[in-house]
Amino acid sequence: MIEILKDRKQQVREGGKAAGFDMVCDTASLAGSVSQRACVFCGSRVVLYPIADALHLVHGPVGCAAYTWDIRGALSSGPQLHRMSFSTDLREKDVIFGGEKKLYRVLTELIDTYHPKAAFVYSTCIVGVIGDDVEAVCRTVSREKGIDVIPVHSEGFRGTKKNGYQAACQALSRLVGTADTAGISKLSLNILGDFNIAGEIWQIKEYYRRMGIQVVSTITGDGRVDEIRRAHGASLNVVQCSGSMMALARMMQEKYGIPYLRVSYFGIEDMSKALYEVAEKLGDEAMLSRTRELVSQEVASIMPELREYRRKLEGARALVYTGGAFKVFSMVRSLRTLGIKTVVAGSQTGDKDDYRQLADLCDEDTVLLDDTNPLELAKYVQEKGVDLIIGGVKERPIAYKLGVGFCDHNHERKICLAGYSGMLNFAREVYTSVCSPVWSLMPRRRLHTGGEQT
Amino acid sequence: MTVSDYQTAPHEATRNACYLCAPLGASIAFSGIARCLPYLHGGQGCATYIRRYTISHFREPMDIASSSFGEEATVFGGKDNLFCGLKNVISQYQPDLIGIASTCLSETIGENVPALIEEFRQSVDLGETQLVFASTPSYAGSHLTGFHKAVLATAKALAVKKEEHGGINIMPGMISPADIRYIKRICQDLGISAALLPDYSDTLDGVSWPEYHCFPEGGTPVSVLKGMGGAKASIELCRFSDPQLSAASFLEKCHGLPAYRIGLPVGVRAADEFMDLLSGYAGRPLPEGYTRERGRLLDAYVDAHKYVFGRKALVYGDADFVMGIGRFLAEIGMVPVLCTADKGGNLAGQAEDLLAGVEKAVVLEGADFADIETLATELKPDIFIGSSKGYKLARLLGVPLVRLGFPVHDRLGGARLRCVGYAGTQELFDRIVNALLEHRQDESDIGYSYM
Repeated sequence: MIEILKDRKQQVREGGKAAGFDMVCDTASLAGSVSQRACVFCGSRVVLYPIADALHLVHGPVGCAAYTWDIRGALSSGPQLHRMSFSTDLREKDVIFGGEKKLYRVLTELIDTYHPKAAFVYSTCIVGVIGDDVEAVCRTVSREKGIDVIPVHSEGFRGTKKNGYQAACQALSRLVGTADTAGISKLSLNILGDFNIAGEIWQIKEYYRRMGIQVVSTITGDGRVDEIRRAHGASLNVVQCSGSMMALARMMQEKYGIPYLRVSYFGIEDMSKALYEVAEKLGDEAMLSRTRELVSQEVASIMPELREYRRKLEGARALVYTGGAFKVFSMVRSLRTLGIKTVVAGSQTGDKDDYRQLADLCDEDTVLLDDTNPLELAKYVQEKGVDLIIGGVKERPIAYKLGVGFCDHNHERKICLAGYSGMLNFAREVYTSVCSPVWSLMPRRRLHTGGEQT
Repeated sequence: MTVSDYQTAPHEATRNACYLCAPLGASIAFSGIARCLPYLHGGQGCATYIRRYTISHFREPMDIASSSFGEEATVFGGKDNLFCGLKNVISQYQPDLIGIASTCLSETIGENVPALIEEFRQSVDLGETQLVFASTPSYAGSHLTGFHKAVLATAKALAVKKEEHGGINIMPGMISPADIRYIKRICQDLGISAALLPDYSDTLDGVSWPEYHCFPEGGTPVSVLKGMGGAKASIELCRFSDPQLSAASFLEKCHGLPAYRIGLPVGVRAADEFMDLLSGYAGRPLPEGYTRERGRLLDAYVDAHKYVFGRKALVYGDADFVMGIGRFLAEIGMVPVLCTADKGGNLAGQAEDLLAGVEKAVVLEGADFADIETLATELKPDIFIGSSKGYKLARLLGVPLVRLGFPVHDRLGGARLRCVGYAGTQELFDRIVNALLEHRQDESDIGYSYM
């Protein structure tokens, strides 16, 4: 059986609650451990990517831009500029002589061609090493072209993906507060940390509309530069992916006095809780009653089908491994709604507090993993008899190789999993995989999709 | 053939690149060695992005370790990270070989990786584990450069034995696992013992597992690669890549083996060349099964000649792939109006010979997809042949796309697409003809069911 690397033992909790919660986390990945985690650049790119009318220029060699070309399921209701992959494509001579001049020429050319509302310039590893003054180039181009050209300090080696989130929030904070807020209602909010995968934000906006709330800006799903500029006019920030967006929410609280709420739009419990909390924070009795009506209508509309899925899935065992930690909580609850037990859970970027909460939420014997790798994941899939893995593309082949169901809950998916209908889609996804007859043919399979099926 | 008439407007920005970075190519090449773990000396992100990207095409586990450079390693050097990383990899994976490739980060801080590896070798007991290093800064060349550098580095590091064993070496280039399997089958049927560098036919297109392994089954064993110096000849299916990076040329120079750098064997003529070469070395004629395959292919050429004649194709991808397909299209009467590939080879220089007689073929090096869009709008191709990356443009122009090459991540079975030899050409030919027929049906108001 696979051994956990010595230097990683404190990042794995398998002894149950009695073993204590003092997990080591929030550290750089151990060299040679084939971490599932990416880099600072990845963190920034994920967060800013969905701003659809901005130019996203990756300053560096071609790889960083090529690997993030149209990679995500983040939808735009208008411009599609975010789906292009722009790169300065640094070559040897640029590395030797510096890339500033090329950056200037590339930026100017792209702005003239595509007329974006603003431009983000992502610094990659090598730019940090050769010391290009990206800030100065951005300033010059910004002056010459009359649009915001914002540097994103996302050199890959400057920490973990989390530091990339911070860099993205810093970049966003340069936009917020730069436009007039006239005409914004008191009953208004910004949606932070939803990236409009498969149109999820449109559904959330519709809920808020039904509650009587104005959405000032969506940061960053289906994002627009001019809306983000006005975001400081909203009365509340509602933060879903807190790992990525808390820095911006805190900044806006300090600078503009806007309170924030941490929510999740995944699963019936968390979705409903999010709406109620927003109603309590912003509204009155009338809004609360509208919200109650909304929730009961939506829940009623999905429950019959959901119960059917639960009947088929009851007793299955899941491994959940996501980028952010907050999402894991929702996954554990959503799976519980479907009668599925989470036997292994973890994330790429959780902190101590996250893992403490996760330990409370999970069962006594659930294994917790921070910044894990394929061998560890595979080990626990086998030891815990996992029937389903929820993760991203990198976790998929581990599941499939071993004959285990898989549900993509990452930014690349094309299926809406947020909100009430999203919960139904999630159930359908899980059912489609876990109950597929193909597993019974697999060399390793001991199917316990259980319930009345078996 | 004209090159100059259709130059796109000069530009500085790369807009939707046609190529990927060198460490990706190196990682794929290393994956074709048995029990070899690719290892990137650089940041964590590079390994993760490359894993994610290759998984989307091959749909197989793709473990790539890294030195996980942080700020400290970037400033003070990555020695500690490299040593720690290699030790961890050895203890968890127990690999036969670690294929170490550098990244733009480690190259730019001036890391002397070969010296560090040597120091590591001295300091620990490596047992049976081999270390091979390829210098692959991502700002030099493309993923193909990285691929060939890893192949060359492996040949240089391992091919030591000079005892003649009568086998041959085949450097297939970055073709699909299914293509590699086909080449292996031909060799087997001809009784040739072939060392393939690399051979990811099983490692990147494998079977389901009863339990998780550190390594997928397959790949060319290190022991076989060590014997490369004693082969009768080397055949490289890459003639456009930089000759400096040719492993066959290296083996010729160092071990005196004849080196054949032939193109991708797509189409009857190119496949004949390859098959003849193999059957010559085997000292026996091609088994009848293959002559039947060839005959069926010719028969299909005739059956479909009217559907394809004069139809204009746009081919994009890696240089050897693009020129191999271009030559095949010319053979069946199609016009490869635009062939684009990454820089770093000698595409334009050799295109004249290969596409002799084809009028109006534009060969372009270093184009991005925005260039291709400009030219495609002008040249009005009837079909696209290349990776998934051309989908958006093909959809915009309303022409069919025959997916081939790397990456194919919007369809199943990218790893199983064949184009080499008679059987591979047959599959490609059928796909092209059927795509054209399907398009004709889609465009038709009547919708004939009988074409």
